[in-house]
This record gives sequence, structure tokens and C-alpha cells, in this order.
Amino acid sequence: MKEDPGLFDYWPYDNRPKIEWPGGARVAFWVAPNIEFYELDPAVNPHRKAWPRPVPDINGYGTRDYGNRVGHMRMMRVLDKYGVRGSISLSTALCAHHPEIIELCKERDWEFFSHGIYNTRYTYGMDEAQERSMIVDAMNTIKEHTGQQCSGYLAPALTHTETTMSLFAEAGGIYTCDLFHDDQPTPVKVRGGQKFISVPYSLEMNDTIAYAVNRIEPRRYGEMIRANFDRLYEEGRESGVVMCVPLHAYQVSHPHRLKAFEEALEYITGHPDVWVTTGREIAQHFIDNYYDAAVADIDAKAA
Amino acid sequence: MPLDPGYFDYPHRSYGMDHDFYDWSMLADRKPVEWPGNARVALWINVALQYFPLNQEGQPFPPVAGMTTSYPDLRHYTLREYGNRVGIFRLLKAFDRYGVIPTFAVNTRLAERYPYLMNKICVRGDEVICHGWDMDTPHYGGIDAGEEAKLVKKSLRGLREITGQPVEGWIGPSKSQSMETPQLLVKNGVKYMCDWINDDMPYPFRTDAGPIIAMPLSTELEDRFIMHHNLHSETEYAEQMIDAFDFLYKEAAEQGGRMLALSVHPWMLGQPHRIGKFEQVLEHITGHDGVWSAGAGEIAAAWAKQQD
Repeated sequence: MKEDPGLFDYWPYDNRPKIEWPGGARVAFWVAPNIEFYELDPAVNPHRKAWPRPVPDINGYGTRDYGNRVGHMRMMRVLDKYGVRGSISLSTALCAHHPEIIELCKERDWEFFSHGIYNTRYTYGMDEAQERSMIVDAMNTIKEHTGQQCSGYLAPALTHTETTMSLFAEAGGIYTCDLFHDDQPTPVKVRGGQKFISVPYSLEMNDTIAYAVNRIEPRRYGEMIRANFDRLYEEGRESGVVMCVPLHAYQVSHPHRLKAFEEALEYITGHPDVWVTTGREIAQHFIDNYYDAAVADIDAKAA
Repeated sequence: MPLDPGYFDYPHRSYGMDHDFYDWSMLADRKPVEWPGNARVALWINVALQYFPLNQEGQPFPPVAGMTTSYPDLRHYTLREYGNRVGIFRLLKAFDRYGVIPTFAVNTRLAERYPYLMNKICVRGDEVICHGWDMDTPHYGGIDAGEEAKLVKKSLRGLREITGQPVEGWIGPSKSQSMETPQLLVKNGVKYMCDWINDDMPYPFRTDAGPIIAMPLSTELEDRFIMHHNLHSETEYAEQMIDAFDFLYKEAAEQGGRMLALSVHPWMLGQPHRIGKFEQVLEHITGHDGVWSAGAGEIAAAWAKQQD
């Protein structure tokens, strides 16, 4: 184990090279629906239990299945209404289980990125060959079912090894959603030296963190999203920032919750200088235009 | 040591679910449901009458909202008993004031202990469903099959004898099940169960002993979940119930009948400072046309009649 993940150097949010988003937008805004499949009786990982109760833990399982049966269509209607294309954090086994959902997302030109194969298969304990094979399996599944080259990664259930980022970059990925250290895209060091970056994917704005971990009220969730946006929109006058709202249809789409999110989305998309986009488009724009300047500035500030 | 190679086998990675209990289906794709009187929302208010034994064993997991201190946990024992003695009567008055029909999910052990309360409910004529034996007797993966079969039989038989009702609905204590629970319920004459929370509408569920209806009783909308687990205020509880109703009422206008399943606990909502907020919720809901308040069994039957 290491004291520091070795993925990035300290880079103060102060006098950085200015980022300009397309159309002069101040905020690159993206919504990342997690479309997940949790198994009722998954293979056992010695490092993490899948469910608190003995199998079948129908509470945990049913909670997640609600998202696919009920929540997905509700969330999709709201995103459609405000012209938001989702960037899907996908349990890629869902391509086999629920292809109808994949088709609906394809019709809308949503982005698919990898969230592993199942959200009940954890990376802990995998050796390098095993993790590579899991990463490649998931990316190939996306290619096969959607035609898209997978660009981004959110590790399944946020379980990692020390080499996760390098393995994903070697497999052709360009961005990770697993790091929560910044409000702008930042270079991530991988052993192969690929131009690989972190695109901010906020845990603070994540509905599961808000509802299931922090246990907040739905209307407050809407207020938090708006406050987060207001401050970033203000700061974005100086240099472009990123705002992400990660969603789970099994949380946000409950009948007592969806309206609060919808109102927040209406608020954000009602502002003129917002680039409503996807994770891949943000990553590509940053890599093409700012990656080299960012690395130079990080090096200069470390010196 | 890498992981066992079996960790990379995915035996159920194919169309549909990873088990045989029910088919994969999206709510928005289903044939719209029509409730009696063309109601938009079927209102199912499920009142849990629960007995939490003081000598709780908590195996293999403690009951939701059970004892937490060292024995004897008089604090939690009496907070829960408050509901059965006091809170329930506030709820009954509220139901009658707003003309809503509750369903009572009763631990059979409670029914044995409190004949006065059971008589009161039976005279009212509201539906009683079985909430298992007591709160410290869960169903779970690994339970001895013979023991669970006896437990299901004992719980249902006892409640049927006390109430004189057919008792055709079931909720396991803490919504707990083993893989065998659904088929044991079918074998014992249960027509619907409320433990699976993966939908907003009834849906067909299969067992080796024949079909059963899954009647999802939302946990997210439960009074206990919102105020006891999430620690939201009673005002915020009422806001969430009203938002949920408004949402389903609107969705029903576009997609067919919806069900609002409100799970309530007399030990929670029956407190003097909370009951008024619940009354506000009932006032809001019953102030709308197109609300059908009915017992869970009636709602399940109305749904079942429309299935092929």
C-alpha cells in the first residue's frame, strides 16, 4: 500500500491556464445516469460482501431492480424534456439482461461508458490479468451492443486496485470518473504515459450519496444542485468548470423525488452559458486543447 | 493471491432476470390498468401492527426498528408498544375522519396477545394480512426448510383463527424472505405478498407451487424509513407524501392507474406531534377526485382481473 495513489500532483485551483468551453460556456454540464445490474446471488468476493442479509437480500436487490423496471423511463422523460443526453455509467451485463433500455439510450445518442460488468462484482483482490480481462470484457460489450468505443470508466461499485487507471488507459480509455479532487478536468498519470484525464463526476451531487448515504430530503437535493450550479456558473466566468449530476433511476425516480430534480434541471438548462454535454465530449475537448498546458502548469507549480 | 477463476463466470448473463421468480418488464411498457370507477390512484394504506420481543435474538439479522441496547431494552420495547396501545387509536380516528380504508399487517404473536385490538379491527371489517410470527422471527436464506414451513403455517393458521378472515396477504417481518418463502406462501393459501419493492404496481410472480401476486409496498415512502431511518422531520414526511401522490396522480393520467402504497407504523405516526402531519397528507389525497381507497387484497384482485 502507498501513502499517495500516485495518480496526480497537487495542482492548486489558482492561476490555472484558462479553459474555454465551446460557445463560450462557463459550465460544462453533464448528467451521468448509472444503469446498473445487481445480482441476486453473486459470486463471493472475499474482500467485500455484496449484500448485508443472507441471499436472497430482496430489499437491496428489489431497491436496485426498481430503477430498471420503473425509474429508468421516468428519468429519461425528464432528461428528454430538457435536452440532456445522458452519459451512462453502465453495468455492461445489462446489455444482455435488458437490451430494451440500451436501445432507448441508443436512439437518443447517449454516451455509454463502463461501470464494469455487474455492480456486484468487485475489483478488490483481482490480479492484473484478471482486472484487465474484466475491463476489456466490459469495453468490448459496449462496442458490440452500441457500436461505441468506450471512453470512460467508473469502476464497478467504486472498487479499484493500484493499477486500475493504467489498465483502463492501456485498453483505450481516455477518462476516469473515479476521482473527486477537482471541479475541472485534470491529467491523471498512468504508467503507459497516455493522455488520460479525470472528468469531474461529483459524489456530492450523486443521488445515491445524497439519498442513501447522507439521507437528505428530496427538496433539499434540488436546492443543493442549484447552489452547486450557481457557484460554478459564477466561477466559470474566469475559466471553464465542470458540473456533473450522477443519477440512479432507483433513487431519483421515486414519485416523491423526481420533481425536485426536474426543477433543478430546468433551472440549470435555463441559463445561457451552459454547455450541456457528455463525459466523452468534455474529455476530448480538454485533451485536444488543454492537456499539454495543464501538464506544463502542474510541473511549473511543483517546481 | 488472485481471485478464484469462478469469480469471472457469469452464469446468468443473458436476457431477463438472473432468477426465475418473475419476468423482466418495464412499467411504462405495460398495458394500462383501470381501477374501479376509473380512479387514477389506488390508495393502499398499510398499517403495521408489530410485536418486538424484549428477549430479541436478532439472528441472523436484527429486526428493523428492534431492540438496540443491552437487555432489558425497555426504551425501545415501550416505544414500539406505544403504537399498539395509543398510536393505533389516533390512526383509526384519522382513517375514519378522511374516509380511507386501511389494511392491517399483523404479527400473529401480537394478535394472540391483544384480543381487544384485534376485535376492534375485525368489527371494523378492514382487511388483515399476516406480518409473520413476530418481529424477531425473520425468514432468510439458510433457514431450515422444515422450520420455515412450520413457521409459515403457524403464523397464517393462528391469524386466520383469531380474525376469522381468509388472510390472503403476507409481509415478512422486516420484509425478509428465503428462496422458499414465496412457494410456502402459495402452499398455504396466500394470494399476494408485499416484500419485493422493485415496482410501483402489482406484478405476477412465480413459484414452484404456482403463481402469487407481488404487491410492492414501498420502503422509500414508509413513515419509518423517512423519519426513523433518514431522520427527516414530520413536516418533510408530509411534503414527500404529497409530492409522491401528486406525481403518481399525474402519471396515471398519461399511463393508466397507479398505486400509492403507504406503509405506516402506529409507533411512528401515532405520536401526538406526528399524527397531524399524517392527517394533512390524508386531507390532500382525499381532496382529489379519482382516488380509490381500498384494502390491499381488493387492489390486488382488481389488478389480477385485468391480466391475461
